[in-house]
Amino acid sequence: MTCLPASTQTRLGLVIDLDTCVGCHACVIACKGWNTENYGAPLSDQDPYGAAPSGTFLNRIHSYEVQPADKPAQIVHFPKSCLHCEDAPCVTVCPTGASYKRSEDGIVLVNEAACIGCGLCAWACPYGAREMDRAAGVMKKCTLCVDRIYNENLPEIDREPACVRTCPSGARHFGDLSDPESAVSQLVAARGGFDLMPEQGTKPTNKYLPPRLKDAPVDLAAMLMAPVADTPTGFLGWLDRALERLPGGAGAGGTETGRIATGGAGTGPRD
Amino acid sequence: MTQPFLNMSPPVSDEIRKTTCYMCACRCGIDVHLKSGRVAYIEGNRDHPVNKGVLCAKGSAGIMQINAPSRLRAPLKRVGPRGSGAFVEISWEEALQTATDWMAPLRRTAPEKLAFFTGRDQSQSFTSLWAQAFGTPNYAAHGGFCSVNMAAAGIYTMGGSFWEFGQPDWEHTKLFLLFGVAEDHDSNPIKMGIGRLKARGARMIGINPIRTGYNAVADDWLGITPGTDGLLVLALVHELLKAGRIDLDYLARYTNAPVLVNGDAASDSHGLFLRDDAGKPLVIDRHTGALAAWDAPGIHPDLRATHVAQGITHRPVFHLIAERYLAPEHAPEAVAGQCGIPAPRIRALATEIAHVAFDQAIEIAHPWTDFRGERHQTMTGRPVSFHAMRGISAHSNGFQTCRALHLLQILLGAVETPGSFRFKPPYPKPATAHPTPHCTTNPDCPLPGPHLGYPQGPEHLALTPQGTPARIDKAFTWENPLSAHGLMHMVISNAHAGDPYRIDTLFMYMANMAWNSSMNTAGTMTMLTDRDAAGDYIIPRIIYSDAYASEMVAYADLILPDTTYLERHDCISLLDRPISEADMAADGVRWPVIEPDRDVRGFQSVLLDLGHRLELPGFVGPDGAPAYADYADYITRHQRRHGIGPLAGFRGDGSASGRGAPNPDQLARYIENGSFWVNHVPAEAAYFKPWNTAYQDWAVGMGFYDTPQPYLFQLYVEPLRKFQLAAEGIGPRQPPDHLRARIRETLDPLPLWYPPFEQAATGADAYPLHALTQRPMAMYHSWGSQNAWLRQIHGVNPLYVPTRVWDQHGFATGDWARLASPHGEITVPVALMAALNENTVWTWNAIGKRRGTWGLATDAPEAREGFLLNHLIHELLPPKGDGLRWSNSDPVTGQAAWFDLRVNIVRVAARDAALPAFPAVAAPPATRGPRA
Repeated sequence: MTCLPASTQTRLGLVIDLDTCVGCHACVIACKGWNTENYGAPLSDQDPYGAAPSGTFLNRIHSYEVQPADKPAQIVHFPKSCLHCEDAPCVTVCPTGASYKRSEDGIVLVNEAACIGCGLCAWACPYGAREMDRAAGVMKKCTLCVDRIYNENLPEIDREPACVRTCPSGARHFGDLSDPESAVSQLVAARGGFDLMPEQGTKPTNKYLPPRLKDAPVDLAAMLMAPVADTPTGFLGWLDRALERLPGGAGAGGTETGRIATGGAGTGPRD
Repeated sequence: MTQPFLNMSPPVSDEIRKTTCYMCACRCGIDVHLKSGRVAYIEGNRDHPVNKGVLCAKGSAGIMQINAPSRLRAPLKRVGPRGSGAFVEISWEEALQTATDWMAPLRRTAPEKLAFFTGRDQSQSFTSLWAQAFGTPNYAAHGGFCSVNMAAAGIYTMGGSFWEFGQPDWEHTKLFLLFGVAEDHDSNPIKMGIGRLKARGARMIGINPIRTGYNAVADDWLGITPGTDGLLVLALVHELLKAGRIDLDYLARYTNAPVLVNGDAASDSHGLFLRDDAGKPLVIDRHTGALAAWDAPGIHPDLRATHVAQGITHRPVFHLIAERYLAPEHAPEAVAGQCGIPAPRIRALATEIAHVAFDQAIEIAHPWTDFRGERHQTMTGRPVSFHAMRGISAHSNGFQTCRALHLLQILLGAVETPGSFRFKPPYPKPATAHPTPHCTTNPDCPLPGPHLGYPQGPEHLALTPQGTPARIDKAFTWENPLSAHGLMHMVISNAHAGDPYRIDTLFMYMANMAWNSSMNTAGTMTMLTDRDAAGDYIIPRIIYSDAYASEMVAYADLILPDTTYLERHDCISLLDRPISEADMAADGVRWPVIEPDRDVRGFQSVLLDLGHRLELPGFVGPDGAPAYADYADYITRHQRRHGIGPLAGFRGDGSASGRGAPNPDQLARYIENGSFWVNHVPAEAAYFKPWNTAYQDWAVGMGFYDTPQPYLFQLYVEPLRKFQLAAEGIGPRQPPDHLRARIRETLDPLPLWYPPFEQAATGADAYPLHALTQRPMAMYHSWGSQNAWLRQIHGVNPLYVPTRVWDQHGFATGDWARLASPHGEITVPVALMAALNENTVWTWNAIGKRRGTWGLATDAPEAREGFLLNHLIHELLPPKGDGLRWSNSDPVTGQAAWFDLRVNIVRVAARDAALPAFPAVAAPPATRGPRA
């Protein structure tokens, strides 16, 4: 059994906006690419060109359909990776101490040198956020790009998780959730960010922002659109009056350029 | 407890090489990280104007393309029957000499016997130059089955369209309407834009039969019936006119709404503009009541007054608009049933659009001067923006539907104003500033001008002196006069039918015609392998270039293997399909960030070599040597006009932009700059570009054109009326009688709606459902979904069935269905989807693969359960009994109408493989499984 730290100095995590996520999988592949080359064993693929390709991913998108009673059905794209819980059951269940939660920032990691690949942590995680790498035989999970976020070989602007850096719609945000003044905490406060499955008692660090209300009735009272005409003839009558109010019309002021001399030979009356 | 030691700053890579992505058509900037000379990681380039650092799934997965077992390894010569996949590897010298021996005699005798069509080509300004030098009229890229309706309608109406031509004003728009955009076109910029407008709390409405992707995050969704968008849009126009919620000042100043039209039905000029002696369309000036040329300084064109000359009343276009769209047939109640959207919802949408456009108008305090010399103190914005794509475009009424959408935008004053829709340089550029088509062939001679263009009337059709189609695809003929991108989807069918003539050599690049890039896929395979009575192939020779073992490879006689996009030079040129943003002109390059490990060559360098061997003008230097060493040399030294080359940046001594002498260091400067170049539009020129003197002057300086080109938006497209007049019997060039009625009905100078042709031909009873396809975001436009990572995301493609149909047929999870169209049937797995128009089924396109291709195992899910809807779609409409071959295309542009598809569905016993099944093709020598 492995202990959790009594407290952490910061609580780094992700805030994922379900209102903006278009389900494009950019984060999934950026994560796969970065983590294949970096922290620990590569994320392997089995039978990559065969009948049953499968591989290790630290982040996956699930898409759900929602059917409200009185409105059109909706689709919610739901990216899921480790939520770096405060009370992480995957850590406490680990028999070797390989799974641990960093006291500095709360990131949950697997020390692959100590991992025996028993899989208990994956069973303990209520979110299904861990995947056993079939080639390396060790447990893989989101590292919050711990090898990026402090990495002095990267420009400061790039010291964020690969999934956040790549997200085209800006649906993924990274920061310190322990600091109420941080941008991510403010976003959570403003948008009603929520914990995933709070009843599990895991106290996840990552937060999700809910989709905004969709297909709500538009309040037309404030934007009344009264007809000016019902027929083309009536419309031209309205047009006469409306044009008078435009620049150049009798009811409007002059313009900066001079007016052309009058003289309407050949032009017929207005019909 | 102690934590293990962790190096928080591990080395990231040895080197970053910045180039341009080619995983789709977005052309984002990428940072390619190298470790020990191999590609280790790909991420977005933060400085790049297109993606600003972000990157989609395809872009990051590009690393797997350069490892893919499907990569071709060397030139190939067919040794078995066509379609078998039996090839031997040959040398480049043998390959190039063979191609030369086939093509040189054609050029000397009948250049049109070569048909050269390029698919997902991003070098069309170069490939078209080559075809022009060869002298064949038969050249185009894939726009004819992609989105030519969108491009042509946009260019003819307002000098630009969506995507590469323009974009919503993401920073200012308050209401964004997305029509018929699946998950594509364009990819990252749309996602970035949606993210930005949502962050500001702006509203987004998706109008699409399918609620995935962008439509899933829209605030409101209208699950419209496919092919009826034009009806919806014209009902919105009806409502806006009826309420007077239109921008009269904008219409009077910047559009042809005040231009006078001949109203005498007995006149040979009926429906044409009244013009002055210089040929300029005339308006009436509201100050003077006198006629004036549209661009006369200081005038205020009148939307109201009419003009009588020689007994003929000339009425402004605006009268015709009011008359047509105020008619009851355009009322919401009249169209609600067909659109599948209740009338109150249509009315509410119109109300909301008007409210945002006029009650929430924005004003930017930026003075500017218009082309009539008037100085404006501010820029008034209508913060309603639109974007549309394939769902509008790929119907046989798509051109007019796109036109309707532009009419709506323009009535609102919501084009090139703050908060609305903005052009991206070198657009705006009106149809009249583009070339007209050229098609005259002579042995041993280049074509007299560019193949593709924008006809202004019947005089510009690509017809032979006998009046028959000059082009194999029948582009620019009476069947589809404004086919600005050609009709790639008709090339094989017409060549096989010998209609309008037979060809000798079909030369294609990146065009998977034997699979997902053809309608009637099985028929296309038959046409490619069909023989005549003498046992010879009906299409005698086929040359194909591709980087991967696609389905098309097996159907060629000679394969010229291309490189991957990380191993080549390319230019993303302003002469071609630009990557500019609304505030800047931009172009870019690709360069070999790694060297190929196979005997492959960049296709453009190969074309240069062939051009030299064929002695094409412009491809041979003064000493008889090749004019250009390779494509990089061409990019650097070629001049299209004096001082104008493929790349606009770092010209002359390196400091010149737009115009300037070729600079031998240009490519190095691009690479040093991150493989792109930008030049910002001056702030005064930011909006009102077609009419803004500051923009026009900047554009001339950049070399987009040589003199200022202000123009009016063409709500009424006079060239269309000229084709109608011909169909009415007027003029020297006359259409065949069987097309007269259709031309009169569909080439209307004002937008209209008519039912999609297939629907009209087959009726709704036998085929009650619409069937659509879309590409998933993780694969859109991706050249090869064999990518090892992406296929784990999208390895299968069920047919998605709406709840109503699912219940009606008693479907259950795991079921299969037989889907039939007038043309064929397929048997496929089904899945339930509620967020879907209740009369529409759909699937992901191009997941299904032919067994034996793309380096995949023959039992790969893509080849087993994966399927194409293409088998249900014919390139021709069902026969009408007149013996004629009627193309399944838009009658204006020739756009392939593959979204017109109608089907019926039957539940069948579950299977383990989709039907039709095709025998496995043998993999080319290099691609039999992953190499060690």
